[in-house]
Amino acid sequence: MEDLDTRATQALAEIDKAETLDSLDALRVSLLGKSGVVTAALKALGTLSPEERKSRGAEVNRLKERLNDALGARKQTLEQAELDRRLASEKLDISMPGRDGERGGIHPITRALERIAAIFARLGYQRADGPEIEDDWHNFEALNFPPHHPARAMHDTFYFGDGRLLRTHTSPVQIRSMKGRQPPIRVIAPGKVYRSDSDQTHSPMFHQIEGLLVDETSSFADLKGTLAEFIRAFFERDFEMRFRPSYFPFTEPSAEVDIRWDAEDGSTRWLEVLGCGMVHPNVLKNCGIDPERYTGFAFGLGVERFAMLRYGVSDLRAFFENDLRFLKQFA
Amino acid sequence: MKFSENWLRELVEIKADRAALAHALTMAGLEVEELTPLGENLGGVVVAEIVGAEKHPEADRLQVCKVDAGTGEPLQIVCGAPNARVGIKVPLATVGANLPGGIAIKAAKLRGVESFGMLCSAKELGIDNDASGLLELSADAPVGKPLADYLELPDASIELKLTPNRPDCLGLVGLAHDVAALFGSHVKVPEQKDAVVAGAARRGIRLEAGADAPRYLGRIIEGIDPAARTPLWLAERLRRAGLRPISAVVDVTNYVMLELGQPLHAFDNDKLQGDIVVRHAREGETLKLLDGSEAKLDHGFLLIADEKNGLAVAGVMGGYDSRVTDTTHNIFLESAHFAPAAIMGRARKLGMHTDASHRFERGVDPELPRRALERATELLLAISGGKAGPVLVAENLSDLPKPVAVALRRARLKRVLGVEVADAEVARIFTALGMQVETAADGWRITAPSSRFDIEREEDLIEEVARIYGYDRIPTHTPEGALALAIDPEARLHELAVREQLAARGYYEAVNLAFVSHALIEKWGLGERLVPLANPLSADLAVMRPSLLPGLIEALSHNRARQQERVRLFELGRVFAAGNPPDETPSLAIVASGSARSEQWGEAARPLDFFDLKGDLDALIAWGGEPQRWSVHADGLPGWLHPGRGARVARDGQTVGYLGALHPQLAKALDLGPDVHVLELALEPLLGRRLPNAQPVPRFPSVRRDIAVDVPESVSWSQIEQAVRSSLGAALVELRLFDRYSGKGVEAGRKSLAMGLILQDASRTLTDDDADRCVRNAVAALEVSCEAKLRG
Repeated sequence: MEDLDTRATQALAEIDKAETLDSLDALRVSLLGKSGVVTAALKALGTLSPEERKSRGAEVNRLKERLNDALGARKQTLEQAELDRRLASEKLDISMPGRDGERGGIHPITRALERIAAIFARLGYQRADGPEIEDDWHNFEALNFPPHHPARAMHDTFYFGDGRLLRTHTSPVQIRSMKGRQPPIRVIAPGKVYRSDSDQTHSPMFHQIEGLLVDETSSFADLKGTLAEFIRAFFERDFEMRFRPSYFPFTEPSAEVDIRWDAEDGSTRWLEVLGCGMVHPNVLKNCGIDPERYTGFAFGLGVERFAMLRYGVSDLRAFFENDLRFLKQFA
Repeated sequence: MKFSENWLRELVEIKADRAALAHALTMAGLEVEELTPLGENLGGVVVAEIVGAEKHPEADRLQVCKVDAGTGEPLQIVCGAPNARVGIKVPLATVGANLPGGIAIKAAKLRGVESFGMLCSAKELGIDNDASGLLELSADAPVGKPLADYLELPDASIELKLTPNRPDCLGLVGLAHDVAALFGSHVKVPEQKDAVVAGAARRGIRLEAGADAPRYLGRIIEGIDPAARTPLWLAERLRRAGLRPISAVVDVTNYVMLELGQPLHAFDNDKLQGDIVVRHAREGETLKLLDGSEAKLDHGFLLIADEKNGLAVAGVMGGYDSRVTDTTHNIFLESAHFAPAAIMGRARKLGMHTDASHRFERGVDPELPRRALERATELLLAISGGKAGPVLVAENLSDLPKPVAVALRRARLKRVLGVEVADAEVARIFTALGMQVETAADGWRITAPSSRFDIEREEDLIEEVARIYGYDRIPTHTPEGALALAIDPEARLHELAVREQLAARGYYEAVNLAFVSHALIEKWGLGERLVPLANPLSADLAVMRPSLLPGLIEALSHNRARQQERVRLFELGRVFAAGNPPDETPSLAIVASGSARSEQWGEAARPLDFFDLKGDLDALIAWGGEPQRWSVHADGLPGWLHPGRGARVARDGQTVGYLGALHPQLAKALDLGPDVHVLELALEPLLGRRLPNAQPVPRFPSVRRDIAVDVPESVSWSQIEQAVRSSLGAALVELRLFDRYSGKGVEAGRKSLAMGLILQDASRTLTDDDADRCVRNAVAALEVSCEAKLRG
């Protein structure tokens, strides 16, 4: 019995000193394994008298419990130490770049165009489109441009020699949207348009958005309200705005819309951003809509102009050069 | 339309300063495009005469002038102007003057000679751009008089951007009427008196063009002085309107055109033979014009002719042979009305645009010719002398436009504008615009003056009310009312989704012009069904693009030339093909070059290859949820693709596009390497999207078996896939290719493919025996159809 006590005291000290999980496990086997000292002591109980066995058995079991606790505690300590070591060795330089995180981007014209279309979609305007190669009727005549009218000269037109032409504005989509339909109509028509003009401030291809509303109540006051709301929604701020009388064959009264723009030098100036007007009765008639019963308004805007103002682009031509150093600024 | 502000103010009372006037014009639809102040800060500048000029002793180009500025003693002025000479009257900036350009005049020594002021060019005075020499004033200019007083300065050149519906404002008197309506004031135009008829010369006029030319007036003025000089006040008004003074006769006709809006023309009367005939040109008839060009005419042109020759293209330009020259003593002055439709587009057809055509094609008041003729006569007699003959008139009154009353309903006015304008205000507006107003039960009946060509219907009147009432006074209101909610089909992707997906995969969106050159198209071998423009801006922009790729590859090259090796671009746009009507196919194109991934530390760099782009295609297809409808094919490739590294893409068996490496010859021609890969697809098939129809999730687990076979190089993965799929049927839920190998250990000409078979049954858990049987069936099928050998 003294042997066992001595051995146990010694074992507890050895457990505390064990430096590795392996040596700890060897210790466990030597104490509690099949041929360990404690197991042997338990086996030896059979040789004792029932009284002795009872008291002696209780002692051995307490000892076994103490050893188990000590082994467990030491094991936890060693495991924690090992985990700490491993974690310390597994430290990453988390500042290095992640894998495959590069992304591209959408063109600023698309970005502005989609933003504009989305604003009008919220007002119930449905998207529409038409061909880019148009006929004279849709591009001019149905829009109340008589043949050879000087207003046509304001549209420098590309022709194909067979009477067809590249649409000079998105307004023909008005005609295509109204034909065969009856009001109420709310349509927004974004797309490419073409004019045979090319310099610093003109591109032979550019993007317009046409808007059209026809119903039984709309007035010039509604047109003003709609465009004021749109400008505020697009730029996320209020502008001083003015509607100036102008002339488009397909609207009357017609207006051009200016906003008061702050230049970088602190000055302000009027900037033309939109053309609009009440749909001309001839146009409604050309589309089979009764101009006495229905009125409507239409507006058209240049997407590039809005993208330039919104994103601070100063050169129109940058939009069509597709230089990645430019495009990456809009990602 | 450009004019002098002072001139306008002479014709109408304007109770506003320059800025307020400009604002009012713009807000009335007469947009001020440019406003140039003239002759500001001319204090200290006086009329002076050069009375002596000697060469500067030290400088070849300078002269030492003695100048009389009315101060008694002549001043000594050093001058470098080439036209400085004794006897001319010029502006002198005296010591103390501050010129508009910021030049302060001080007494100075120039190369050692003292100078007490500066003789000035028009530019130095800020009244014109002419800096070629001193501004030469008339011989009768009073020496010593402040130049500003003499030239009626300061003034401003105001340029209006007039819309085509307002030709009435292409003359200052017409403009003055609109301004009077805006400011509630009155025009101050004196009544035009008839000239004294001192001569008797006549010439017959025959109208042979019907309603196209219903009124033609003429007058012969004999004995004018060809050397007569245009007076300064008139020349100055022309210059401030952007016209150069030329000769007294031309200047007077231009002046009357600016003042009244009526274009006039003067012929040399001695070069005319017999009657004036106003007729349509004959097919192929030609006429040499004033600018020296030869006009080829047809029946659509109106021609002014005499009994022998053409004299002028009516409403466009006069002829060369009948022009007024510096030896002309007798002129025939024309003042006519031509119908706008008879002039529209004619100048353009001749490749020209003239002040006359600009006015006639928009519409000139048919009542103006007589007044304009008298006005021009009055001015000419005063300047050039001569005897005016009687006014010669030919007219068909029935063909002249007649005034028509147009109804305006009160209710309609309110409905269209969204504001109630008081009756009195409406009447005031029309009256101020020179219109006759009759009241009716439901509104008004309005008759416009003959100068207004834009008042034909109710909306035209509504616009006039709105314009003068002020757009700013119309309230702002948000529309209400019926609104049909449009259906947005779920089984169709938005284009934006495709764009965003490509951006997420590393591509930047490009936007190219839709035109390309024939040369580029030829390089690509895309010369079929082209849609060329009839009037391209240049050869580079001559054809509607038949494909997005040539332009997109140019954009790629642009970037590679700017230190961007790895380029990823895409574009959405239409491609065009000839047809009736031409085809416009919305398309998507992708171009890529450089390494597969942007430079990074984590993986070995690898050049881009076919399968990178195919992965992009797979991802785009996957978005629609119906990959089984898509297939790629090695046959039927276009010439611009590498024949072994390209694919034809089909949906439901229909070809919808291509992808792959550029053909090496094309790449070389475009100065590109083998790394450039492209994809072009019709957009519409990509937007198709499956509306989900949910099935229960499988209740039993799947099992996986891997096999490796070796097959001849010529056997494609799709053949293998097909063999495996048809041998296993519904049990195969997925087939994954996870390795491809050729080289050591594989017979030459063969390749090893390793694949995982994912097997599943909807009604029970598959046993090992089931799975093994599947593998045996698959291998057997591969042996039969693909010459496959199972690898260990």
